[in-house]
Amino acid sequence: MSILKIEGVSKFYANHTALDNVSFEIPQGCIFGLLGPNGAGKTSLIRIITQITGADSGKIYFKGERLQPGHIKDMGYLPEERGLYKKMKVGEQLLYLAQLKGLSKEDATARIKSWIDRFEIREWLDKNIEDLSKGMQQKVQFIATVLHEPSLIILDEPFSGFDPINANLIKDEILSLRERGATIIFSTHRMESVEELCDNIALINRARKVLDGPVREIKDTYKTDTYQVIGNGQLLVTSPDFEVLEQHSNHGIFRASIKLLNNTSPNDLLRYLIQRVEVHSFVELVPSINEIFIQKVKETHHA
Amino acid sequence: MHKIWLIIQREYLTRVRKKSFIIMTLLTPLLLATFMILPGLLINMSGEEETVMVLDESGLFENKLESRKDLAFIPLPDLTLDQAKTIYQETDNTALLYIPKMSIEDPKGFVVYGKKNISIQTQVSLENMLEKEIENQRYLASGLDRQTLDKIKADVKITAVNLSNEGEKGNNAIITSIAGIVGAVIIYFFIFLYGVQIMRGVIEEKTNRIVEVMISSVKPFQLMMGKIVGIAAVGLTQFLLWVILSFFAVTAVSAAFGVDAAPSPAAQYAAGQMAAQGGGLEADDPSAMANEPGEDEFANTISDVKQSFASLNIGLIFFSFLFYFLGGYLLYGSLFGAIGAAVDNETDTQQFMMPITIPLVIAFIMSYSIVLKNPDGPVAFWMSMIPLTSPIVMMVRVPFGVPAWELLLSMGLLVAGFIFTTWIASRIYRVGILMYGKKVNYKELSKWLFYRV
Repeated sequence: MSILKIEGVSKFYANHTALDNVSFEIPQGCIFGLLGPNGAGKTSLIRIITQITGADSGKIYFKGERLQPGHIKDMGYLPEERGLYKKMKVGEQLLYLAQLKGLSKEDATARIKSWIDRFEIREWLDKNIEDLSKGMQQKVQFIATVLHEPSLIILDEPFSGFDPINANLIKDEILSLRERGATIIFSTHRMESVEELCDNIALINRARKVLDGPVREIKDTYKTDTYQVIGNGQLLVTSPDFEVLEQHSNHGIFRASIKLLNNTSPNDLLRYLIQRVEVHSFVELVPSINEIFIQKVKETHHA
Repeated sequence: MHKIWLIIQREYLTRVRKKSFIIMTLLTPLLLATFMILPGLLINMSGEEETVMVLDESGLFENKLESRKDLAFIPLPDLTLDQAKTIYQETDNTALLYIPKMSIEDPKGFVVYGKKNISIQTQVSLENMLEKEIENQRYLASGLDRQTLDKIKADVKITAVNLSNEGEKGNNAIITSIAGIVGAVIIYFFIFLYGVQIMRGVIEEKTNRIVEVMISSVKPFQLMMGKIVGIAAVGLTQFLLWVILSFFAVTAVSAAFGVDAAPSPAAQYAAGQMAAQGGGLEADDPSAMANEPGEDEFANTISDVKQSFASLNIGLIFFSFLFYFLGGYLLYGSLFGAIGAAVDNETDTQQFMMPITIPLVIAFIMSYSIVLKNPDGPVAFWMSMIPLTSPIVMMVRVPFGVPAWELLLSMGLLVAGFIFTTWIASRIYRVGILMYGKKVNYKELSKWLFYRV
């Protein structure tokens, strides 16, 4: 079942089109990557989902219902441009933001307590935000985003500005949120940063969706049956079933990219190689999302 | 509604808890009390008796210079000036007044010697006394005496009375003007002080990058209105505390120093302000605070003031004040909020501040220069109808008495104006708060009004 269904959404500004007939679905309980270069329309789409702006056309369904203001409290949004009130204490700030999401004071207080215990930041509660380091502020922001236990969490460029330690902490938290049934949307232009996290992705370029689907399927579609082989010996491929795309040799150690042709299997290649050289490493070359994106964009431009 | 309420609470509490707010709120009444008490205190302090030795070679002023509470004369027998100086040096008297031989027709050559500088006050007192005595003697010489002259002297006071349907009403143009101007001044400063706070608050939310987090939970309009109302509450709190604390501070300081507040204009002003705004406060406050026993004329003035206050329609003035106070603030406050949303930092606000500052300043200047002189003239009328200027101009007019239809029309227009500026502001606001790093101009702003968001 999909938690969010986007149907033909378009958004026009005075002199450019931010979104042009974009459609895709986000399955419940997955980590979804909304990927694309800067200015592709990711933030516009997110602002439509979070009802900060409205779409000019198209429909959005949240848990099967047309998107409506009441859904806001079931979403958590960490914008790219994010900050907190500098002169406000951490505890008050979290309480305020949680209450604005519709939590009662008692619920909010209890949840804040459990989160600060988890992040071991009890001593920050009475500090002003401006007295915290940037990394600390980011933790507080993250807590504020998920405090009301939304079923949809939207993180826009979440790791820009996070230091590696905090980034890992947040990644772990995101995985545990998914365990508990939440759906997470990552929006980023740094595709490699979320590749290993995402179950599903949608690629957006110049206001249009380029492709979407489960990461595994997309990679299967775009894999090129190419294997990287490292070994010892003199490699000379003469078979018409295999094509050497690239080969380097250094002190008798070679490294080659070999493409399978004529429906041969990796095992066929391996058997062929074993008879001729000593194989140290045999890895399938899977295209990165980045490469797929570039390839796809090129295709659409030529098309 | 619940969310707006939360926003109002936050805006209110964070400001009221600020050190600067607490200090300002406590310090201002103290300063006011000091300004009112200090002159009285100083006069009393310098009240030690001064003694002046007099060497009168002319003989004209013998037994004529009467000692007063603060100024005593010690006549010297026939001595030379040098002898007198020596004697004076040995005493601790304040000064030595030397009157040379002279005729009453040509009095000159008066000298006053002192061990240190003679105060201006003493010098003026001496001059006045000598002048008066010389005049008396000249009157006598020409066959008149002081008493006849005092009989001839006239002292005219005009009592102005309004003839209206409700019957005759005493009227004092000065008091009426003060009541109006004080109300207008307060509205003027309140709009500026707290309007700018709204603007800063919005800019702060933008620069802190919290605004997008906020509007993923609440509507921009709620955020804007919450801020405007919250800050209005801060202003009202401060204003109320000022009135109450000033009252107590003045009372306490007067009691502590055993001084009546000086009958300075400041005291009357402040008292007038309290009476006009406090409504419930007794109108005889001014006399209680500013009465100085023994001075009949002053007491008369005070009772005039008292009557004039009684003649003012305090209830109506108070109600109009509250109405124009809030109406003007809301009208301008939303515009200030829109400016805050349109810019990235405070230095960029100048170009947009101008057009909303100008009507306020003009209204204020016109109130002094034209409206006060002619509170029912065409300038006064039109400026009290236009919502941008009416909070100040109408406030000045109300104490003079304004026809009901004019007041109602002006109030109605102000409400309409407030709704209109809020509409404009909310359109600019919702676009502006999400716009970063873009220098906007008026053309751009006008486009925002019709954006579909």
